[in-house]
Amino acid sequence: MTSPQPRVGVLQFPGACDDRDALWALAALDAEAVFIWHTETELPDLDAVVLPGGFSYGDYLRCGAIARFSPAMAAVTEFAGRGGLVLGICNGFQILCEAGLLPGVLRRNESLSFVCRDVPLRIERADTPFTTRCEEGQLLSIPVKHGEGAWYADDELYRELEVRRQIVLRYREPVNGSRNDVAGVVNEQGNVMGLMPHPEHAVDPLLGSADGALILSSLVESARARAIALV
Amino acid sequence: MRATVLVRPKQGILDPQGQAVESSLRQLGFSVGEARVGRVVDLEVESTDPATARAEVEQMCERLLANPLIESYEIELVEAPA
Repeated sequence: MTSPQPRVGVLQFPGACDDRDALWALAALDAEAVFIWHTETELPDLDAVVLPGGFSYGDYLRCGAIARFSPAMAAVTEFAGRGGLVLGICNGFQILCEAGLLPGVLRRNESLSFVCRDVPLRIERADTPFTTRCEEGQLLSIPVKHGEGAWYADDELYRELEVRRQIVLRYREPVNGSRNDVAGVVNEQGNVMGLMPHPEHAVDPLLGSADGALILSSLVESARARAIALV
Repeated sequence: MRATVLVRPKQGILDPQGQAVESSLRQLGFSVGEARVGRVVDLEVESTDPATARAEVEQMCERLLANPLIESYEIELVEAPA
């Protein structure tokens, strides 16, 4: 029996610039990847959704603050509420935080400078649908490119997240002033994750690193398992 | 009515923009203490009743204009001249 190709939707906002990279990377990792335009009010039949990086609606006010009210985001919120897998990368992470689907908020980098380089990361949890191909404590190298990537939560929220093990990825060195070097978090239910590094830019050794493929192929595998369960 | 919303980084929240402004002002020879940078949103609200207008602007702040995790806001209402 051949395993079905999971269908992954990639949201496109005006200003997105990593949507094609995400689509290409997911297809290279054996998913059927399809674009979803931001004005869509309903999602097609999907096994997972990716909110790619770039910019959205000029990122006026705060990054992701406007995009979270887009029609497609209402559909994504509903999809996530049903337990659907959602991965937000960079601007996608900012949108998920603004939408309240993920805890915390992304702020201006402490240095006020844009950071664009490969960063060393540590996998804090390998038991999420986004890290099944990784091992706890595994070190990865994946690029970041952002001006507003300093993740913040106040003391109380941060403690709660630690207790519930919602921190999935950490930087191994200071990158942007992110609280406790947090690079990626998951929601309490474990089906929504956001991260600032760009796994879609690191899926082939030719790109300098293939470590991002571990995260995206974990997502594709988890989406496939769900697709099979539904058949 | 007209409303002015002042959005500020919350007390205790690091404000790197404010720090950059502060050091620039010092370089210009001004003796300043802490500087913090927020934003101003001027609005025209249809409602003519101050209480209704305020409640509405509060909703706007909570939902869009400020992120309560890191920002505080203040609302000033001004009645439009007749």
